[in-house]
Parts: sequence; structure tokens; C-alpha cells
Amino acid sequence: MAEEVDIIDQVVGQEYKYGFTTDIEMETAPKGLTEDTIRFISAKKNEPEWMLEYRLKAFKYWQGLTAPNWQNFNYPSVDYQDIIYYAAPKEKIKLDSLDQVDPELLKTFEKLGISLSEQKRLTGVAVDAVFDSVSIATTFKDQLKEKGIIFCSMSEAVHDHPDLVKKYLSSVVPYTDNFFAALNAAVFSDGSFVYIPKGVRCPMELSTYFRINAENTGQFERTLIIADEGSYVSYLEGCTAPMRDENQLHAAVVELIALENAEIKYSTVQNWYPGDKNGKGGIYNFVTKRGICMGDNSKISWTQVETGSAITWKYPSCILKGDNSVGEFFSVAVTNNMQQADTGTKMIHIGKNTKSRIVSKGISAGKSHNTYRGLVKVNKKADKARNYTQCDSMLIGDRSGAHTFPYIEINNKSAMVEHEASTSKIGEDQIFYCNQRGIGTEEAISLIVNGFCREVLNQLPMEFAVEAQKLLAVSLEGSVG
Amino acid sequence: MSGDKNKVMLEIKDLKAEIEGKKILNGINLVVKPGEVHAIMGPNGAGKSTLSSVLAGRADYVVTGGEVSFNGKDLLEMSPEDRAREGVFLAFQYPVEIPGVSTTNFLKTAINEKRKYLGQEPMEATAFLKFMREKMELMEMDKALTSRSLNEGFSGGEKKRNEVFQMAMLEPKLTIMDETDSGLDIDALRLVSAGVNKLKDGERSFVVITHYQRLLDYIVPDFVHVLYKGRIVKSGDASLAKELEVKGYDWIKTEVEQEANA
Repeated sequence: MAEEVDIIDQVVGQEYKYGFTTDIEMETAPKGLTEDTIRFISAKKNEPEWMLEYRLKAFKYWQGLTAPNWQNFNYPSVDYQDIIYYAAPKEKIKLDSLDQVDPELLKTFEKLGISLSEQKRLTGVAVDAVFDSVSIATTFKDQLKEKGIIFCSMSEAVHDHPDLVKKYLSSVVPYTDNFFAALNAAVFSDGSFVYIPKGVRCPMELSTYFRINAENTGQFERTLIIADEGSYVSYLEGCTAPMRDENQLHAAVVELIALENAEIKYSTVQNWYPGDKNGKGGIYNFVTKRGICMGDNSKISWTQVETGSAITWKYPSCILKGDNSVGEFFSVAVTNNMQQADTGTKMIHIGKNTKSRIVSKGISAGKSHNTYRGLVKVNKKADKARNYTQCDSMLIGDRSGAHTFPYIEINNKSAMVEHEASTSKIGEDQIFYCNQRGIGTEEAISLIVNGFCREVLNQLPMEFAVEAQKLLAVSLEGSVG
Repeated sequence: MSGDKNKVMLEIKDLKAEIEGKKILNGINLVVKPGEVHAIMGPNGAGKSTLSSVLAGRADYVVTGGEVSFNGKDLLEMSPEDRAREGVFLAFQYPVEIPGVSTTNFLKTAINEKRKYLGQEPMEATAFLKFMREKMELMEMDKALTSRSLNEGFSGGEKKRNEVFQMAMLEPKLTIMDETDSGLDIDALRLVSAGVNKLKDGERSFVVITHYQRLLDYIVPDFVHVLYKGRIVKSGDASLAKELEVKGYDWIKTEVEQEANA
């Protein structure tokens, strides 16, 4: 068995390959969080008065809160006065086109495999690139405009589409929702805004790529997606950060609104820097993501592949308000070394005949801990609500942990709720079987893990499924058991 | 038996092995030439499965003495995956389930890993599928099995047939069958044996490990060896297996004890 552990160590100890930093002149807010910081951010963005007021209200509310502590992981308390809340590459002139973007920045995204020049970009995917606190470029804007689709940075949306922003911002995740949502509302810097008009099927995948670069900064982006009646959109976000010894905070808010007969598919491939193998450094990924199926027959589907971050704490959720609406959550969370994850979903059934499906796959290697926490709630009037939950954990080696906390609240007798859970260990037997067919141990683990996650990976858009598979293999390199 | 009479594929010399300090193999000697079928029989606990595990390179077993060469190479020096890539195939007594991985995907990975080892280009997807279709027809495999997760929810018979199918796909030089007949009803036994017989080509060799003679009615061995207390104590031709079927193993045990006391 000692040998088994050794192989695990070898396979898990892979280097993080996005850990480089970009040397670029930055403009930052002074460290710490006061009303002045918020005014500074708002002024930088040249925001209208209503936006500033919203931020200040959120800030006042946040000041009265204390950080929550019900999580199933350990972390040192964060000093919120020791963070820089705004960092942006210095712009010499106002950017009109991609040609004016600092070549350093373009290079950075190139290195991450994201080409921002449209002709080089994968056809079928439009990208919004966010570097620290600002959106750098959004591709395919004009093509999308023809269909009436709005895909731009949040800062632009505040100026160009104030009515939509006013109507929907904070409507799914109010700033009073939780500590991190309040913080985000006060200081959010940028993020993506999407609006799909009535009856339009978005012709390409929309994608945002988040990159933290600056030191001691937090990233607080805000994403808002509205799918009007009968529309469809598939959206993907990806994230990376440099390797740094200090922990960095990422507290984003994502709100999705699906009106009647609309469908939103939201996929995440999260690969923030996880810290080194002794747990030094890494991103604290404390995110609030929620969607509302506002109209009848609408659908929201979350798919997440979480491999990065020192700590992940998030529950992409669905409020199923419209009758016959559908909510889905497909998740793969991989933790290795000292990583910790407490993630899952909430499915709130309000409308009649609403359906939800949860498929969660947790993989823990090294000394990591992986927690699934989920709530299925059926309200009084939600007749014939149905939920199916499947929650599988896989352990690699004998020093990792898997935990499951399912909460079920049923207030309507016609509800049907199913919960299945399993825990397995990658067995020596499985690895030996693969070896005996000529498959090396690392390849075997990757095969077994990918098999374990197949249901979830199948949900990802084609272009990203392959990427996610590779990411899983890399995250577990050195982890065999 | 055919093949080159002078060539030796597998040579086991005085092989000794133990698990967790317990001695299981106490000096095995065996020579297998290309195209030969050897049956290894013996009572429970004789070391039959240990022999197959040691040859395949399972880590739990410690080799404490002896040598094994395979086509002139030191087999014991090689990792389990390299042994497989060199052409050693073990048909497992208890094939392992791998959820979410289809037999197709599994075999494609296995074949391409082997090709990489041999310095060959990976097989193109279409070529692979064509190759697999041919083998499925040959082995009379149900198409549904190859798209289902590897061995997951398979019946005992399906698992064993899948082992033989994998053998057909991987085209090994030497196949070790570890009690492939255990748990099979007579129909499944016939199907599995027919599959194995189709793969005999005069070059490929088989070491068939079994407790019962029954399997040997279908896969007829050139040699039969009796394993007892970690040693081959008797060798003969197919008639030895028949004799064992009638007389059981006790007379051999008695013979061995008498020799020991003499």
C-alpha cells in the first residue's frame, strides 16, 4: 500500500501552468474599503448617480454584517482592509477597437489560449475578456448586434442599457442576500452583460474569460444574463490566476433571468490558482450564482467543472417560479493537495410541475476535502414538483475526505424527490486492470475519473469538453491510488 | 501444436513468490513455446491465481527468487503495462468494473498506448471502429456491450466474453486465462471457448488456469500441469486432466507426501 501512496503523490504533484504574471502598468485604488473606495470605483467608471447610490447602500448594509462561518472548511479570517478593490491596466486612450489594446494584454490572453482577434478565434464562440477589474475586449459584438443580442461588459451596460440593468440587476441576488453578495454589490468592478431578445436563439456560444493578475487585489465581477421570451443562450466562463503566496479573494455574483419559454445554459470551467501543495497561496472563490426561471416552461441549466482555487464556496441555484420550469445542476469538483471545496446547489420549487435535476461528482485527492451541500425546497403551491439528485464522491488515496449535506424541505404532498448518493475509491484493482491492458497508471486515473464524471462532461459545449477532460487529468497528476 | 519448435516464448525458472510474508510459489518451472496451449490445474490454494498475478505484475506479490523471460526479455523487470504492451494478456477471473468508460473507449486507449510503446502512430478513429467491428463479428459480440460502461452490470458470462473480446482486440502473444470458467454456465462456457479457439493461429500461446477439467473439453491443451503447494508436481498431456476429473486431486497429494517422506 505504501507504493500506492507514492504513486498518488507523483500523480497529484503537477505544476499549475497558468501561474505566470503579466508586467503591465496598473492603476489601482488605495488599499482598503471605505466609502471613498466605492466613490473612486464609481468615478473611474463614470457611473450614473443611481449606480453609485446602489453601491453605497450595499456598502452600508455590508458594514453591519459579519462573515458567515457555517462552512465545512477552515480558512483564516480575511482582512477586508488589506485588499485592493480596483486594479486596471492603465489606458492611454479610450479603446475603440482591438488594435488599441495593449499588446501585453493580448499576449497574456494568447498565452491562456484565448485569442481575442476575431478572425483567429474559434468560430462559434464570442469572448469577453476580463483582466483584473476591467473588461478588455468583447469579440463578435457586431455580428451579435444584428440579431439584437447585447453582449458587453457590465460597465458598458450601465451606460448603454440602463433600463435593463436597473430592472434586473440585484433582482435575483439582492445585496441583502449574503455577506459576499453585499460586498460584491458595493465594489463590483466589471463582468459580462447579456441580453437575448424575444424568440432569438443565440447563434454562438458566449464566453467570458476572467484573469486575476495584480497582487493583493480582489476580483469582484458581476454577470447578468437575461433571456427574453422564447430565447436561448449558452454561456461559458473560464478563469485563471498567477501563482502567488498570498491568498486572493474572488467574490463574484452571477444572476440569470429566464422569461417564458426561454433557456439559459451556463457552464463554468474554474481553474483559479489552487495554491501550492502545502496549501500556501491560492484563490478564495466565494461566489453567489443564482438563476430564476421567471416564466412558464423556462429552463436554467448550470454545469460546472471546478478544479482550481484554494477554497471554493458556491451554490449555483435555480428558483423555479414559472409553471413547468426546469432547473439543472451538473457539477464536477476536483480537489487535490490542500484544496477545499464546499459546493452544491439550491433548487427552489415554486411553480407547478417544476422539475429539477442535480448530478454532482466530487473527486478528492491528496489531503483535500470536498463537500457537497444542496437544498431541494418544494413550496406549498408547487404541485407535482419533481427532483432527482445524484451525488457521487470518489476518493483517491487515503488522506482525502468527501462529505455530503443534502437538505430537503417539502411543503407539498404531491412532490416526488429522489436522492441517491455513493462514495467510491479508485481501486488498485481498477488501475491494475488498466495496466494489464497496456494503459499506464496516469492515463488509467484520467480514464477512470473521466468515466466517473462523464454525465457532467457530456453537458459541456463541445469545444470545452475536451479542455475540461484535459484539465481533470492535469489536476490529478501525481495523485494515483 | 505448431510454431517454431526451437523457439521459447515464456520460460519460468524456479519462480518463488510470496504475499504479506506468506510463501505461495515455491519454485515453478515452465516452458511455453509459440502456439502451445498449457493447462495449469490444481486444488484450491495451490497458487494458480498467484502465478497469473505474478506473471502480469500485480504489486501485492513479492518475487523472492527465480527468473521469467518472455521472448528473451526479463519479464519481471517490466512494469505491468509494459508486459501487456509486449504481448502478455491476462483474462481476469474477476474482471473489474469501470463506470462511465465504454469498452470502446477503453480499448481505443489501450491499443493506442501499446502502439505508442511500439513506436507506431495512433490508430485513426475510423480504422479503429472498422477493426472493432470485424473482431465483434468474429467473437459474435453483442453490439450493445461495447457501448455500455466497461463490465458495469454485466453478467458473469458477459464479463468473461468481454475478456475474450478484449484479447481479440489486443492481439497478444501470450494469453493467461485465470479460471475463466468459474461461474460460467455451459452455454457461456461454450461461447467463451469458441472465442478462444478462433484466436489460435499457431503462434499465439495460452496458459489456461482452471480448477475443473470441464473447460479443457473445449480448449484442448497440449500439456497439463498440476500445481500443488506452489510447485508443478506432475505434467502430462490432455489425458492427465481426464484422470484428475475421475480421481480428484487427493491421489496426487498422497504421491507428493510419499515422495517427500521417501
